[in-house]
Amino acid sequence: MAQNKLNMKAEAKNLNFFYADGTKALKDVSLPVYENKITALIGPSGCGKSTFLRCFNRMHDLYPGNRYEGQILLHPDNTNVLAKVVDPIEVRMRISMVFQKPNPFPKSIYENVAYGLRVRGERSKSAVDDKVEEALKGASLWNEVKDRLQDLAFNLSGGQQQRLCIARALATDPEIMLFDEPTSALDPIATVNIEELMSGLKNKLSILIVTHNMQQAARISDYTAYMYLGEMIEFDATDKIFTNPSKKETEDYITGKFG
Amino acid sequence: MEQSKVDAEHSLIKPKTLEEVRAMIRAHKRNDFIFSSIGLLTITFAILTLLILFVDLVMDGYPKLNYQFFTDFPSRRAANAGILSAWVGSLLIMLVTFITAVPMGVAAGVYLEEYAPKNWFTDIVEINVTNLAGVPSIIYGLLALGLFVYTFHLGQTIVTAGLTLGLLMLPIIIVSTREAIRSIPVAIREAAYALGATKWQVVLHHVIQYSFGGILTGIIIGMARALGETAPIITVGALTFIAFLPPAPLTSVAPFISFEWLQSGFTVLPIQMFSWLSRPEHAFHINAAAAGAVIIILTLVMNGTAIWLRYRIRKNIKW
Repeated sequence: MAQNKLNMKAEAKNLNFFYADGTKALKDVSLPVYENKITALIGPSGCGKSTFLRCFNRMHDLYPGNRYEGQILLHPDNTNVLAKVVDPIEVRMRISMVFQKPNPFPKSIYENVAYGLRVRGERSKSAVDDKVEEALKGASLWNEVKDRLQDLAFNLSGGQQQRLCIARALATDPEIMLFDEPTSALDPIATVNIEELMSGLKNKLSILIVTHNMQQAARISDYTAYMYLGEMIEFDATDKIFTNPSKKETEDYITGKFG
Repeated sequence: MEQSKVDAEHSLIKPKTLEEVRAMIRAHKRNDFIFSSIGLLTITFAILTLLILFVDLVMDGYPKLNYQFFTDFPSRRAANAGILSAWVGSLLIMLVTFITAVPMGVAAGVYLEEYAPKNWFTDIVEINVTNLAGVPSIIYGLLALGLFVYTFHLGQTIVTAGLTLGLLMLPIIIVSTREAIRSIPVAIREAAYALGATKWQVVLHHVIQYSFGGILTGIIIGMARALGETAPIITVGALTFIAFLPPAPLTSVAPFISFEWLQSGFTVLPIQMFSWLSRPEHAFHINAAAAGAVIIILTLVMNGTAIWLRYRIRKNIKW
């Protein structure tokens, strides 16, 4: 078989997570994230999948009192993303994120995409111009906005705003992109656009996506992890999970008997 | 008997017939009507009071409201007296107030909201700042007299008055800065952080920019309040009769900028008005009315500008 060699891009190892109030939201979670693959996290509301996702770029550090135990290793350099000595800002520069609701800045389309580069201190106008164009093309938005880059981002439709947020996250060449239910606030056509976009993106980077929509996970992901009550119940190739899961709980959830 | 009582009680909660439903709606609407009438009445009363006061002042002071009034020094003869030294004094003091209180207030607000850890100490600071906004202004005057005049030997000068009013404005700016910052959704901050922005970058590129309208409103409202303040200014030693202007801040010899005006004695509009009011001659009361009208117009213009700026800045931001 002419299958590419499977590289591990990141790896969560025995991860526990505690919110400031002491709630243990993740219990001994482990998960591989393969390079140039889409890994989907599914499970009922409150199972900890968003919490888990937000560990990867240390979003929890923004709110005092939250605590991690365990490791998330980022390959090939084997950096433990969760280590206290690793600056969360450095982590976020390597792992970007797209949120549930489109959250463009109240700035122009151009400035939204350029912001990640500005944060990195990029001053060359032509370099930023090129990168913005590349990112907007990568997010399949270029043709729709190329004539109005200076328009306010709020003037775009919801689906366009979300693709703008993807372009913004893409402009800085991240190694992994995190998607936190990126289509739950969008209509079906915009959802299809984003799904096609993600399938194209995996040539460039690795994707970890949280989704409530099981069909979505089945359509776009290569690997699927089922979580429940803060625990990782099962992880496997998406085909396997959806056709022949090895755990009873997973099967119940997939077939709609539960959740 | 027992049964009918239960029915009556029940019907209050859940009317049965269409007629009863309509009666209930009518009763509910009556409350609507009563409340909106009371509201309209109160607001009319409030606005009318201000309007009558203003019209009265303008009518009384009308003979004096001309160009001459703004270019004349105060005088023993009412007909020659003007508000030149008063409005220049007010302007210069506002300048000192603005330069000192705005950067400090905004910085303090940003620090408390974005940087300070949330613990008992910041809670105490927060309560105190909010309380300071309600402290009577005479207290600020006494504090300033002890601190600026007697301890720092700044004298009874423009710089002292400016710092005093700055102190008075500080809590207003801090509170409004914090309110404005708090209205920025978490999602916007997270978007910036997720791109690897540092806290300072998030504050500089986003937090301050998006809360600018609210901060500006707070600044202007604080300035408008400071403009009308009399008590603390009297306490730190404003003059009531002053027939000279402070030294000009721009000079013809190098280095062309002079800060001597900071050391000058001063008066301000409300004090000028007060001093004329305390004179027995009726002619001076006309001057006082004219000065009062000028103060109210200035305040209205400042508040109007604040509303307009807020509208302009927020037009492009919606969440």
